[in-house]
Amino acid sequence: MSEYINESNRTLLDRVKGKLKEFGLPRLIITAFLLLMFIIAPFTGANFWTQITNVINRFSWNAVLVLAMVPMVHSGCGLNFGLPVGIIAGLLGATLSIEWGFTGPMSFVMAILIATPFALVFGLAYGWLLNKIKGGEMMIATYVGFSVVSFFCMMWLVLPYKKPDMAWGFEGTGLRTTFPIDKYYGGVLANFLRIQIGRLVIPTGALLFFALLALAMWAFLHTKTGTAMTAVGSNATFARAAGINVDRIRMLSVVMSTWLAAVGILVYEQGFGFVQLYNAPFYMALPAVSAILIGGASANKASITNVIIGTILFQGMVTMTPTVMNGLINLDISEVLRVIVSNGMILYALTRKSEAVR
Amino acid sequence: MNENKPSASKRALNFLGNNAVPIMFIIIIAICIPIAGFSPTFLLNEIVTRLSRNAFLILSLLIPIMAGMGLNFGMTLGAMAAEIALILTSDWQIWGIPGIVLAMIMSIPISALLGLICGRILNAAKGREMITSYIISFFMNGVYQLVVLYMMGSIIPIVHTNIKLPRGYGVRASVDLTRIRKCLDNVWSINIAGVKVPLLTLLIIALMCLVIVWFRRTKLGQDMRAVGQDMDVARAAGIDVEGTRIISIVISTVLAGIGMVIYLQNMGDMATYSSHSQIGMFCIAALLVGGASVDRASIGNVFLGVILFHTMFILAPSAGAVIAGNEVIGEYFRVFVSYGVITVALVMYETKKRRAKAGMGAQLAAAQQEGDKR
Repeated sequence: MSEYINESNRTLLDRVKGKLKEFGLPRLIITAFLLLMFIIAPFTGANFWTQITNVINRFSWNAVLVLAMVPMVHSGCGLNFGLPVGIIAGLLGATLSIEWGFTGPMSFVMAILIATPFALVFGLAYGWLLNKIKGGEMMIATYVGFSVVSFFCMMWLVLPYKKPDMAWGFEGTGLRTTFPIDKYYGGVLANFLRIQIGRLVIPTGALLFFALLALAMWAFLHTKTGTAMTAVGSNATFARAAGINVDRIRMLSVVMSTWLAAVGILVYEQGFGFVQLYNAPFYMALPAVSAILIGGASANKASITNVIIGTILFQGMVTMTPTVMNGLINLDISEVLRVIVSNGMILYALTRKSEAVR
Repeated sequence: MNENKPSASKRALNFLGNNAVPIMFIIIIAICIPIAGFSPTFLLNEIVTRLSRNAFLILSLLIPIMAGMGLNFGMTLGAMAAEIALILTSDWQIWGIPGIVLAMIMSIPISALLGLICGRILNAAKGREMITSYIISFFMNGVYQLVVLYMMGSIIPIVHTNIKLPRGYGVRASVDLTRIRKCLDNVWSINIAGVKVPLLTLLIIALMCLVIVWFRRTKLGQDMRAVGQDMDVARAAGIDVEGTRIISIVISTVLAGIGMVIYLQNMGDMATYSSHSQIGMFCIAALLVGGASVDRASIGNVFLGVILFHTMFILAPSAGAVIAGNEVIGEYFRVFVSYGVITVALVMYETKKRRAKAGMGAQLAAAQQEGDKR
C-alpha cells in the first residue's frame, strides 16, 4: 500500500516536473515577475483597476499582430521576422482609405479592403522568395522587411498624397511621420460596446474582433488545408510523400501571415490613435515574435493559446514595469528590461536543440 | 575527366553573375557623380577619410566567414566594448595617442568576454548563426544600456560632469572626444594634391591585412577553413570544432573593438546609445558591395567595398536633391540600398547552397545510373 502511494506520488511529481519543463524556465520567470508586479503595484500608489485596464488595452492593440505569426510557424517557415512587409500593406490601406475621403468606421472597413490586395501581392512575392531559400527564412525575412520599409520611406515622400490631415502642409507633397486619426478610425473598435465599471474599462469591440480572427484561425487549422499546413511544418518530406504541394501551402501561410499583419497594424492604430510611417515599422516584428515565444510557442509550434498568453504576459510586462519601478525606486529601467527580456526570449528559442531540426 | 573550357561568352556571363553587385554599384556611382557635382579633390578626400575610418572594422568580419559562420552581426559587441573603454578613458582624462592606445587595450578583455559569450550561444544555434548573432547584438544592446545608463556613475565611478548625466548616474547621450579627434590620423599624414592621406592609420590597416594573410596559413587558420567547409569532416579529423568556432568569434569581436576605437577617433564624437547600433549593418553592406558573399570574402572585397559603398553614401543625398528635389530621399535611398544589398546577398547565398545540394543529388543519381548500366 505504501509502495503504491509512493509510486503515485512520484508520478505526480514527475508530471509536475514534466509540465514545468514544457513550460520552460524563462516563461516561468516572466510569469512570476508579472505576478509580483501585480502584487506590488497597489503599494506604489498605482490603481489596480487602471493597471488591468492598461494591460487589456495593450492586449487589444497587439494581439492581431502576434496572431499573424501563427500560420508561418505552422508551415515551417519559422518566426515571421518579415512582419513589416504586411505592416506596409496595412499602412497603404490606411493612408489610401483616408486619402479617398472615407471617415469614421467606414474608413476602417475600407482600409482593410484596400490593404487586402496589397497584402496578397506582397505576400505572394514574399512567399515565392521564401520558397526559393528554404532553411534560411528568418534572416532573409528580416532583411526583406527592412528593404521594404526603407523603400516605402521613399514612397511616402514621393507618392502624390494630398489630404492635409496626412501630408506636409507647406510643401504639399509627402506624408507626415505621425498623424492622429481621431476623425477616421481612431478607437473605432475599442469604443464599440465599450464596458466601463469604475476605473475598469474594457474595449469589447477590439477584443471581439481579435476573438473573431482567432476563431477563424483555429477553425482554419482544423480544416484539411490547415492540417496539411501543420504536416508541412512538422515534416516537409513526409508531407510531400503524402501528396501535399509543399510550396503552395507555404505560400498560403505567408499570404495569410502578411494579411493578418496588415489587419494587425490597423487594429493597433485604432487603439493607439495615430498612424506612424517611415521608420516606425522597422522593429515592429521583434515584440510580436518575442510575445508569441513568451506564450510558449517555438520556432515550429504555435497555437492560439500561445498567442493569448504571450500577448498578455509581454504587454503586461511592458505596461506594469514602468509604473511599478517608478513608484518603487524612482528608477525607470523598464525600457532596458523590455529589450533584454524580449530579445533574450528570442535567443532562448533559437538555441533550443529540439527546434534545430529542419 | 578532362576539363571542358567554357566559352568566352559563358565566362563573361559568369563573371557578370558573380560580380553583379559591384558592377551595379559602379553604374550607380557613374550616374551620380556628374549629378551631385562634387569636385574630385573633395570626393577623393572623403573617400580616403572613410577608407581609413571603416576598413579596420570591416576586416574584423573576415575571420568568422572563413570559419563558415557567415556574416558576424555580433561585431556590434566589439563596438560596444570600445565605447565602454572610451567612456572610461575620457573620464580619466587620458587623451591623445596614450588615450587611444589605452582604449584599445581596455576594449580587448571586454570584447573577448562578449565574444566568448556570443561564440558559445552561436554553438548552440548551428545552422542559424546569422539570425542568432543578429538577435545577440540586440540583446547585448540592452545589457550595454543597463551598464552605461544605470551602473556608470553609481557602481562604476564616473567623475566628470560633462560625461555624467545631471541626475548623478548614467552617461550623457553624447561623449565629446574632441581631444583624441584624428590623433592617430594626424601623427603621420601627407598631402597629395590636396588630398590628406593619414599614413599611420592606413599602415595599421595594411598591417592587419598582412596578419590576416599570415593567419590563414597557421594551423588555427587551416582548422577554421576546415570547420567552415564541413564541421563533421573537421571533427573526424580531430579538430575541436566548437573551440575553433568560439575563437573565430572572439578574434572578430576583439578586432571590431579596436576598429571601433579607430572609427571613433576619426569621428571625434560618440553617440553613446546609437554609435554602435548601425555599425554592423553598414560594415556588412560595405563588404557585400565589394563582391563578398556569405561564405567567401577576401581582403580585396573589403577595400573595393569601402570605396564603392562610401562613394555612394557621399553622393546619394546631393544626387537625391537634384533628381527628386529632396535631400531626404537620397538619405532614404542609401539606407534602402544597404538593406537591399544585404538581402540580395543572403538570397544568392541560400539559392546557391540549395543548387549545390540539388547538383550533388543529380550527380549521385547519374553515378548510380551509370553503375546500373554496367
